[in-house]
Amino acid sequence: MAGYFTNILSGTKSLLVGLSITQKEFFKKPVTLQYPWESLEMTPRYRGHIQLIKDPETGSHKCISCGMCQRGCPSNCITIHSEKQEGVKGKVLVKYELDFTKCSLCGQCIENCKPSAIEFSKEYNLASTRKEDFHYDLLKRLKEQK
Amino acid sequence: MSSQALSQNNERFEVNLGPQHPATHGVLRVKLLMDGEYIVDAEPVLGYIHRMHELMGENRTWAQFLPNMGRLDYLSALSYNLGYVELVEKMAGIEVPERAEYIRVITTEMNRISSHLLWFGAFVLDLGGFTPLLYAFTDREEILDLLESVTGARLTYCYYRFGGCYNDVEDEFLSGCLAFIKRLRARMPMYHNLVTKNVILRQRLERVGPVSAEMCRKYGATGPVLRGSGVNYDVRKNEPYSIYPELDFDVPVYHEGDSMARYMVRMDEIEQCMRIIEQAIAKIPSGPVMAEKVPKMIKPEPGDYYHAVEAARGTFSIRAVSDGKNQAYRMKLRSPTFSNLSLFQEASKGMLLADALALMGSLDLVIPEIDR
Amino acid sequence: MDLGINVIEMLLYLVAIIGFAAINAAYLVWVERKGAGHIQRRTGPKEVGPYGLLQPLADGAKLMSKQLIIPAGVDKPLFMVAPLLAMVPAVMIFVTIPFSENLVARDINIGLLVIFAFASVNVLSLLMGGWASRNKYAVISAARAVSQNVAYEIPLLVMTITIVLVSGSLNLREIVFSQAGAFWHWNWLPTNGNFLGPITFIMFFICYLAETNRAPFDLGEAESELIAGFHTEYGSMGFGLFFMGEYANIVIGSALIVILFLGGWYSPFPEVVPFLGSAGVWWFLLKMYLLIWLVVLIRWTFPRVTLWSLLNLSWKILIPFSLFNLLASAGLVKFLG
Repeated sequence: MAGYFTNILSGTKSLLVGLSITQKEFFKKPVTLQYPWESLEMTPRYRGHIQLIKDPETGSHKCISCGMCQRGCPSNCITIHSEKQEGVKGKVLVKYELDFTKCSLCGQCIENCKPSAIEFSKEYNLASTRKEDFHYDLLKRLKEQK
Repeated sequence: MSSQALSQNNERFEVNLGPQHPATHGVLRVKLLMDGEYIVDAEPVLGYIHRMHELMGENRTWAQFLPNMGRLDYLSALSYNLGYVELVEKMAGIEVPERAEYIRVITTEMNRISSHLLWFGAFVLDLGGFTPLLYAFTDREEILDLLESVTGARLTYCYYRFGGCYNDVEDEFLSGCLAFIKRLRARMPMYHNLVTKNVILRQRLERVGPVSAEMCRKYGATGPVLRGSGVNYDVRKNEPYSIYPELDFDVPVYHEGDSMARYMVRMDEIEQCMRIIEQAIAKIPSGPVMAEKVPKMIKPEPGDYYHAVEAARGTFSIRAVSDGKNQAYRMKLRSPTFSNLSLFQEASKGMLLADALALMGSLDLVIPEIDR
Repeated sequence: MDLGINVIEMLLYLVAIIGFAAINAAYLVWVERKGAGHIQRRTGPKEVGPYGLLQPLADGAKLMSKQLIIPAGVDKPLFMVAPLLAMVPAVMIFVTIPFSENLVARDINIGLLVIFAFASVNVLSLLMGGWASRNKYAVISAARAVSQNVAYEIPLLVMTITIVLVSGSLNLREIVFSQAGAFWHWNWLPTNGNFLGPITFIMFFICYLAETNRAPFDLGEAESELIAGFHTEYGSMGFGLFFMGEYANIVIGSALIVILFLGGWYSPFPEVVPFLGSAGVWWFLLKMYLLIWLVVLIRWTFPRVTLWSLLNLSWKILIPFSLFNLLASAGLVKFLG
């Protein structure tokens, strides 16, 4: 019988403690960020989709069209189009296709890249209703950046 | 309506819990045969999110399969990364620098805390308390921010590489971890006062959903489920890997076997994780984070390889058969929650619906991991 | 002539009551969402209007403009009537509630009885809604709601009888008059002749939480078990009416507690705060909204109880206590009063 009453008392006490906690939290400031109006800085290591690095010396990319990124990609989202051009040593990149819908941002392409021609971008505001919007041509994108 | 349901003497009916149901946290379907509020039989139906990870492992090079590891258990991706990376290192005989081992342990344990925090919130949400979920998320957010600053991802990390880590950590990360641990230590009493000591929660968990050690053995349940049933088994202690033998930590074991025991195991594990991280940060040496000699294309010796790690939900192990090529001949992933779910059918017999959901929540299921 | 004035008065009261019930129900949703937000360190609604104050109107417009879907195979008349049955009795109850000495639509001698008569219709609407939906979750929920209401109406009524014994009337105004004065004259403290005043007060509060299906006793709509319980199949205004009925019931419950235990429209410290007067409708509303806030806070703090512990609480704790309380108070009234 004593246990019956102590149970009721200790139970009631635990409930009151809980109420006091939530009431205290009520008066604290919200910790959320109102996204469209404010946003956080992306960390330097943030992984967006890949992009070609602009070489400051030549103003162009450093890709040698070796195709290692294409071969290393687990999801086959990279396709490289290159051609032989007169007077240029090696192959020249004409189109760097990235199908971002399949990409899992693992970074195998970047690790496989000998001349370090690609990097992660910092883009995260990506949304569209059409999947074609995520088929990028990175070469075109690089040129548009200029 | 079936004729069976219409007959007068049979008042049993079937209820589909899932594939879309608030309590299954994913696309798990449990076919319940109910008698009023009592469960007569509960049959888990799997396969709604099967993605053939094992077959993918047999069709990709060892390195290409690495990102898949983050997609099994997305809540503690780094444990799975660690298991796979250590397996391949074992196969190819790659030595890992010591600093990399410490970084791996620190990040894995941080990930384990975040996983347990999310489980804590989701579990209380299952029991009808909404607010603790948001408090747990506030803390988890800090971990995600820390891990994002190192790995570049927030959830499906792919940070470890064969022979080390993708990149080194800064001192800010380590001090950030310590600051976070200080913060969480101060927050834990709040969680216990708000949730653990709450009389309603205790009534819902104590003596509810008992799982005996025998049942765990029968179905191969591991992790907090097993430790909540009184079996002291933790891969980090029993089959040590990485630098865990050098660190001092306890394995929380509870003998009751009820949902409360599993709850307490996880809450205590958060404390132990904090201890591990603190020790690892104190001991971390300087040096490289990547082994010098890592072959470009890994082609292990033909043979049968096995490696197990302690993930947040139990023993995660991989068995890989190599035939000397750059792909696995056979890849078998043993995920802990698949086994943990298996005991649900037997354990939930005769339970009330609400209690069965408390049991299910205490098993900590992650559906993409069950289906792989 | 007299009749004409009476009719106009009636109509005015009716409009005022429906308006009061609807505005309270709508803005309680806002209070709940905003409160839940800040309890959980979020901001809650903030986009529609300043501080999200127009959110209830936007929600209402949305609910009203949506199509009312009637699933195949439901019992159509019952399905349509159930939401109305949740809202209409709630509005009817407001007729008898005295907000101040003179502000009462119909001063009925057996006001307390009227309230409980209408309040018990609420469970019928849950049962009808759950049964008519032809949904297994809804049926389970309806069964739970009925057993819960049956279990909690007994202690609720027994405790009400205690109050009636102490104040000697079924008229709500009379009950408040009997508590005239500062807070130690109210029924929630033993000083007013009610032997177990504080315990009765707390138990009455718990019972009303359970009666209105509020958390932690919201077994009827336990979303992690039964999706949305009895209103799983309801959309648009059908759901809206259930929702408004729930909030109207919270207002009624709080008002009833204020009348029975917290001295109605009397100021707790008439001498200390003279400019607000010793009595007034604002005191009534202040106490009522404080209680409502407590109800909101409770919802966002506790996990849900199970059916068994809910019934245990009622049959093993509340009913014995309330019966003992009734006997003790009756003895007190008999020998001392």
